[in-house]
Amino acid sequence: MSVHTEQMASRVEARLGGKVARRASLPADLLYDVAAGDLIEVARTLRDDADLRFEVLMDVSGIDYLDYGRSEWRTEAASSSGFGRAANRGGHGGAHEGPRFAVVYQLLSITHNERLTLRAGCIDNDEPMMDSVIGVWASANWFEREVFDLFGILFPGHPDLRRILTDYGFLGHPFRKDFPLVGNIEVRYDEQKQRVVYEPVEIVPRTLVPRVIRDDNRWSPDLKERSGG
Amino acid sequence: MAEIRNFTLNFGPQHPAAHGVLRLVLEMDGETILKADPHVGLLHRGTEKLAEAKPFNQSIGYMDRLDYVSMMCNEHAYVMAIERMLGVTVPVRAQYIRVMFDEITRILNHLMWLGAHGLDIGAMSVFLYCFREREDLMDCYEAVSGARMHATYYRPGGVYRDLPDSMPRYQASRWRSKKEADRLNEARSGSMLDFIEDFTRRFPACVDEYETLLTDNRIWKQRTVNIGVVSPERAMQLGFSGPMIRGSGIAWDLRKKQPYEVYADLDFDIPVGVNGDCYDRYLVRIEEMRQSNRIIQQCIAWLRANPGSDTNPVIVDDYKLRPPRRTEMKEDMESLIHHFKLFTEGYSVPAGETYAAVEAPKGEFGIWLVSDGANKPYRLKCRAPGFAHLASLPEMVEGHMLADVVAVIGTQDIVFGEVDR
Repeated sequence: MSVHTEQMASRVEARLGGKVARRASLPADLLYDVAAGDLIEVARTLRDDADLRFEVLMDVSGIDYLDYGRSEWRTEAASSSGFGRAANRGGHGGAHEGPRFAVVYQLLSITHNERLTLRAGCIDNDEPMMDSVIGVWASANWFEREVFDLFGILFPGHPDLRRILTDYGFLGHPFRKDFPLVGNIEVRYDEQKQRVVYEPVEIVPRTLVPRVIRDDNRWSPDLKERSGG
Repeated sequence: MAEIRNFTLNFGPQHPAAHGVLRLVLEMDGETILKADPHVGLLHRGTEKLAEAKPFNQSIGYMDRLDYVSMMCNEHAYVMAIERMLGVTVPVRAQYIRVMFDEITRILNHLMWLGAHGLDIGAMSVFLYCFREREDLMDCYEAVSGARMHATYYRPGGVYRDLPDSMPRYQASRWRSKKEADRLNEARSGSMLDFIEDFTRRFPACVDEYETLLTDNRIWKQRTVNIGVVSPERAMQLGFSGPMIRGSGIAWDLRKKQPYEVYADLDFDIPVGVNGDCYDRYLVRIEEMRQSNRIIQQCIAWLRANPGSDTNPVIVDDYKLRPPRRTEMKEDMESLIHHFKLFTEGYSVPAGETYAAVEAPKGEFGIWLVSDGANKPYRLKCRAPGFAHLASLPEMVEGHMLADVVAVIGTQDIVFGEVDR
């Protein structure tokens, strides 16, 4: 499968040389970065070019890199001072370089039996936006609505950008890393008022298992050199 | 003369034919649908966000609860994504067990679909027939994992334990006579493999029974032929997968095209529809049940010929991924530490990302997993087939009658656990 994947990689690079950049990945995967401005053009080429033919858009997902690489518990550096006993809520570790939000497209070519992952970073961190690919793949409709709902990324060109998964009248975008896991509002039925009431949550957020980043030598970080997978 | 105008009809969220909590806002002209607007998310639990706050192994149970009628297939995609990132190779016996349970799950799902679909469009008795066989398969789930639905049986590196030597049995009670219990226990007297083998012998005749009830049934055909037609081009545009895309005539099945586990070594066929209507998708799924039965038989043969042992394990021998044996833990300090670390901190997955997809009964169920090297996923995205299918509902029902909406929902095999996540 890997030889096949590399053939596709060379075809992608021949067609879209300057527009997409390959990222390190597992041997069987094809990951590409594309600039937000080139997205629609690249998407069209990926779908229509006879050598590429990615006719199916399987999935669109958002990602928020705010906490990327951040751990709540020191591992190596702690040997002189001892391990902390609880989660350090502030966290420490390397922040992600590049835009905070990205939209990731999972493409599938039925003709060539190949998958490709396309990632496009949103230029503005405060008001993230990404051109809608709904004109290229109709399946983007609900997927983009979901990304808008959960991450607050706007999709200019989308005909019906409404919230889809969260409650009617929901505030905020829950899958952003700065949105608390327990949420902000809780809902219950009030016996006296005879209706459902919305209140601020009473649960205190807590960490049961701290986030720990450990370098495990057996699973080498250099993904490309590994065989199999 | 009375004024004639369109009116808006609210279908669901509590409606038996909505297959869960679907709210459909239908704009109607008489009995014809002009526009349909599905409102989903009433079952949104934020599975993906919850998974980001837990070590990898603790989220396997959440996967069962996504598509709660094809539980193990969801687990499969999730553990496969983790295994790819870790570069772990699963023992062959575990691969066969997984394939066998994937196919059991497929039959479970299709029986549920057939029963509910039939019930929705007026065929009451099919439901009762389907649930008779479902019960046996649920017992297999129970025997292997202890739970009838939410199994959490697949683990990164293999499956939690080997197949049991005995099946749970019925007991005589006030409601079930000794004679009746003995009759039910007859097939359950041997090992689990004996029981499944007995099932695979009985099952083709059961499928014939369903077909007798439906395939040439005039009412069934009137309700399904030429309803919800999707052309192959449109099916690709709309991101269809599984029986939905095969019903439209595209021979696309991940088990054949991008084989995972041992599917490449097994012999089975992929049924493909012609017209892309509800009836073709019905035929495709019926044939898939027969093919799944074939696959299960082949797995049983292999599993019998290669019984589990220390040299033929069902999970990798790596205490970073699986707990040590109980006896070892009592004697060996290192095993105790491994046990403690695995169940508290878990294991760290190398930084990177991957997309792992399986051919779930409803279509392509994919997991996009991003890790930054921590013991929890950085981002987990579940690609649910039902979400893409339901998104096409407005297009599929436009111009049809109100009663056909139910037929289309049925043919899409919607389950809200995975649509809303």
